Amino acid sequence: MLSKTAIKELEEIRQKYPNASAALLPALYIAQREFGYLGADAYEAVSDALGIPKAIARGVGTFYTMYKHKPMGRHIVQLCTNVSCMILGAEKLADFLKNKYGLEPGGTTPDKRFSLVIMECIGACGTAPAMLVNDDFYENLTEKYIGEILERYK
Amino acid sequence: MEKILLKNIENPNSADINEYKKIGGYRSIPKAFENKPQEITEIVKKAGLRGRGGAGFPVAMKWSFACADAKFPKYLLCNADEGEPGTFKDRLILEKNPHLLIEGMVISGYAIGAEYGYIYLRGEYPGAYHILNRAIAQAYENNLLGDNILGKGIKFQLAVHRGAGAYICGEETALIESLEGDKGQPRIKPPFPVNVGAFAKPTVINNVETLSNIPYIVEIGGGAYSKIGSPDCPGPKLYCVSGHVEKPGVYELPMGTLLRDIIYKHCGGIKEGKNLKAVCPGGITTPVLPADKIDCPMDFVNMPKHGSMLGSGAVIVMDETVCLVKVCHRALKFLEHESCGKCTPCREGTGWLRKILERIENGAGAEGDIELLLSVSGNMLGKTFCPLGDGAASVVQNFIKHFRNEFEEHIKRAKCVMRDA
Repeated sequence: MLSKTAIKELEEIRQKYPNASAALLPALYIAQREFGYLGADAYEAVSDALGIPKAIARGVGTFYTMYKHKPMGRHIVQLCTNVSCMILGAEKLADFLKNKYGLEPGGTTPDKRFSLVIMECIGACGTAPAMLVNDDFYENLTEKYIGEILERYK
Repeated sequence: MEKILLKNIENPNSADINEYKKIGGYRSIPKAFENKPQEITEIVKKAGLRGRGGAGFPVAMKWSFACADAKFPKYLLCNADEGEPGTFKDRLILEKNPHLLIEGMVISGYAIGAEYGYIYLRGEYPGAYHILNRAIAQAYENNLLGDNILGKGIKFQLAVHRGAGAYICGEETALIESLEGDKGQPRIKPPFPVNVGAFAKPTVINNVETLSNIPYIVEIGGGAYSKIGSPDCPGPKLYCVSGHVEKPGVYELPMGTLLRDIIYKHCGGIKEGKNLKAVCPGGITTPVLPADKIDCPMDFVNMPKHGSMLGSGAVIVMDETVCLVKVCHRALKFLEHESCGKCTPCREGTGWLRKILERIENGAGAEGDIELLLSVSGNMLGKTFCPLGDGAASVVQNFIKHFRNEFEEHIKRAKCVMRDA
């Protein structure tokens, strides 16, 4: 079940579209926020709230990379390694995250502090290499700078 | 050139409606409303504006197709799914100049008779999501959006629809699928979105940068606008330059600026005095150009004559230390990941190409692998559902066309020859 606040929020979003199906992507974001990731409970909640079959909701949810299907760490480190970032050393930064924090792509630290997601271009190519931590952009990254940034996320 | 799209962005509060109004913002809406909708399309036609998303389609023509369809309501969608690797121009408008886009959308909506608009924003821009929502709320408060804009009886409702991480949703029919709450898989065309688009209604989809040109065109008129930049595709253009240049960033320059000038004059040349090796001039899927082929005017008409495309204007500059087999492999890894899986040549082909490139880069390439790459990519070209598959095939073919020697050396010496250097 979604919380009352979430249901109210979803009703407001629903009004922006001519039908309920179009509210599916925002509904999945809300469910992800409420449940932490999209598991069976989350899909059931979205399906009930919008009157959309669970199979459809899951089919759509699993198509997009920003919906998570397993528990994530408290902070999601999203490092870009696409071409502009790669040629300026993003792969070394991925190695650094692995060596210093034990963070593998797609993995989560044992203390659940960080998860690492390798991104496909986050639109920060002019200030590469770049990453997002949760919703915050960090650019012109170096190993030292990443170390400083991650200290801010407990 | 005076800044049109990037005007006032040094102002830390440029995204606020009052700051935007202070520099003359939102004056083009009342001016546009003095004209009949059709007259706005005529002005845009006279301006010669072409879509900035990559294809360069004439904007007024797209608009008139949607106008000619009698179905209502009509929709105006802004494609803010800026996903082509190397592209970061729209993010700047979205975060720093959101009211310019909103003003452009209100006018465009009026021109085509659309009462509803959506900005399809890529999920990877959380900052822009909040900024846009705030800007839209301000525009509603100022009666610049709503059911009776400026008391003139004109309706335009605008909302942001957030994508969730899928490059393919930049393709317009996939974008519509995603807006409607489905997987972002492209639709067969025809019917075109201008007839059967969002919610099966006539729909115009324009890029962020395209729509942001509209207020200025209304302000100065189509004739004056058409004198900026290249005669065949006029206007200002945002070039986003990344990679090995001294001063990477977004540059607003007249359309048709020489690629060489962008790199050497505006961006200060190659980093640390190294030599240029290759450039992807319009994003990673536009044909790569070697260092001696950069004297080309960067516009939609001239780039194809020089063996590439303007694409999104995303210039990725690579110096002499870069391994191009590795870059080609990374591009295919991306395209394999982003292939939507709907059609076989793309779904399978991108994976095969990636695997072959991976073994060549890792020193396990076999004799005949280059021919195999050309054969697989040749069997994809023109046979895929949407341009993603064509793009993937063209990346491989163009890297081999210009840098075959580097691929051969990798195979012959059974290792990455650049890692050595």
